Amino acid sequence: MKITDASMKRFGRFGGQFVPETLMQPLKELAEAYGRLKVDPQFRGELSALLSNYAGRPTPLYLAKSLSRELSRKVYLKREDLLHGGAHKLNNVLGQALVAKAMGKTRLIAETGAGQHGVASAMVGANLGLDTEVYMGEVDIERQKMNVYRMELLGARVIPVRSGSRTLKDAINEAMRDWAGSYETTHYLMGTVAGPHPYPLMVRELQSVIGTEAREQILNAEGRLPDAVAACVGGGSNAMGIFSGFLRDEATKLIAVEAGGRGTSSGEKIADHGACLNLGEDGVLHGAMTRILQDPYGQILESYSLAAGLDYPGVGPELAHLVEVGRVTPAIADDGAALEGFSRLSVLEGIIPALESAHAVGFALKNPEALGEIAIINLSGRGDKDLATVMDHEGRGGR
Amino acid sequence: MRLAEAFERRPLLIAYICAGDPRPRATVEIAELLARAGADVVELGLPHSDPIADGPVIQAAAQRAIEAGMNTDVYFEAASKIRANVPLVFMGYYNMIFRRGLDRFAKDCADSGITGLIVPDLPPEEAGPLRAACRKAGVDLISLIAPNTPIERIPLIAENSSGFLYLVARSGVTGARADLQESTKALIERVKTPLPKAVGFGISTPEQAAEVIRAGADAAIVGSACVDLISRGDLAGLEELIRGMKAAIGEARPI
Repeated sequence: MKITDASMKRFGRFGGQFVPETLMQPLKELAEAYGRLKVDPQFRGELSALLSNYAGRPTPLYLAKSLSRELSRKVYLKREDLLHGGAHKLNNVLGQALVAKAMGKTRLIAETGAGQHGVASAMVGANLGLDTEVYMGEVDIERQKMNVYRMELLGARVIPVRSGSRTLKDAINEAMRDWAGSYETTHYLMGTVAGPHPYPLMVRELQSVIGTEAREQILNAEGRLPDAVAACVGGGSNAMGIFSGFLRDEATKLIAVEAGGRGTSSGEKIADHGACLNLGEDGVLHGAMTRILQDPYGQILESYSLAAGLDYPGVGPELAHLVEVGRVTPAIADDGAALEGFSRLSVLEGIIPALESAHAVGFALKNPEALGEIAIINLSGRGDKDLATVMDHEGRGGR
Repeated sequence: MRLAEAFERRPLLIAYICAGDPRPRATVEIAELLARAGADVVELGLPHSDPIADGPVIQAAAQRAIEAGMNTDVYFEAASKIRANVPLVFMGYYNMIFRRGLDRFAKDCADSGITGLIVPDLPPEEAGPLRAACRKAGVDLISLIAPNTPIERIPLIAENSSGFLYLVARSGVTGARADLQESTKALIERVKTPLPKAVGFGISTPEQAAEVIRAGADAAIVGSACVDLISRGDLAGLEELIRGMKAAIGEARPI
């Protein structure tokens, strides 16, 4: 089975470059620079040093004993929550920022929903001395005040997005518009495996360190490969990061857990979920052909999830392809399952997971048989950022 | 009227409006007003929820239009009601076309009197299937060239275009701009093609329209300036703008 072809702009019928002509040249320059740098020993050395000494890699693979006992199987957690910044986002951001520097860019722009990618971008901008501006929907700014403050503290400027639904998808639109006029000095630091080529490929490769480590760690611990690897999917960067280590291990089941939100139906403008792999249809969003949430005329719907990082009406094109060819199994965990995962993991293991990662945990709690005898859950982030959301949800007035 | 026929009387003025703004019912009247005032081609934008090539003025118009009930069915119905002896051109984003089905969309264009399509997020590398559908339906698919399009890429775009070539006057998104860049003139000279060249993005005054015609363009495209006047309910101002632009380009290069 031919899963992906690194030299191509497409993954089966998904992917591509559905962008204005103005962006074709910047994308070409980026693809060429990245293609050159990723095999350059000096670049690799610099990235690897930052990943170890600044970000804290490798992250542990932790056998969750109490969770394993509860589920009657061995469940390991890949601890991306321990990465600097509290989520896997930094892996991608460090790589892209080094590419930007090598290309002579002096400014970074990024989009953010929950603020995790924005915070990671702001950290790297500060660390590497690049001006950083982060587009963030007005609605998200209101929901994630603490992360807005973190970004500002790190020296970045947060630009409120007032167009459209004023959330993540509109922040991406605005970043693409900015880039169309600023690419000569500016790199667009996209946070996930979505968007036009080369982003899905580049972000997956920069995140693949998760899967490479996890595969080696599980072989050391168990002497064999896991039966299943589960990860939550919004755009899909943490999932593609860990899955990429196991794509060729066809006996290992790869489970993509999407946000079931508050139900599987869709209103006129807003869907009740963010489950594009499960419930989406073919369409073009943010420059790629993929599975998206849309109305009968092709207008993009707003998605919904309690986890802001899964609240996106599109998904990475490579994941759409991997689901179509049967290599990745799509699954759903709704808000309730995620909250269950959030509180159970806290109590069982003393680890408060991000609400995003809690979807994968919640799925495991509800469907332990899907994990086989040995499984890895990618714990993509820590939950400190979500305390206010969860308190609000419990009626405790977190904000 | 076909685009080729219209371009026999160059220089042309092409005017863009966002269909459905402020109300779906206003579109026919506004399109006819544009033609009456001197627009030689009317570009009818189909509003999209995520218009990545557009600046704030057209974004806001699209949002108003969608909220007022504009959709692809209403769009074609409006287009078919427009009585004006000028070509109508569709402008809109690829997902709206893909969602309806490429063949069906191209046929709906032909059936409702639309003679060409401009799709700003569809570079030639991705345009093959729609090009085939357009050819089958007998409508033009117009390609765009940007200021940063490398010279060696121009033939690929030009050879894949029909009707005319849309030269994007500046990088960034749609919207009015005070100055016309020197690079626009260079762009017009750089693009060698037997197709007519129409220049758009940032043209909002008669002087700017005249300037691109003097620089060698066959048509000037005005978009955000029209949409801005419509958003303020100033149809008299819109008529005046179009008359002024038409007169200015006529003087710039007498027919």
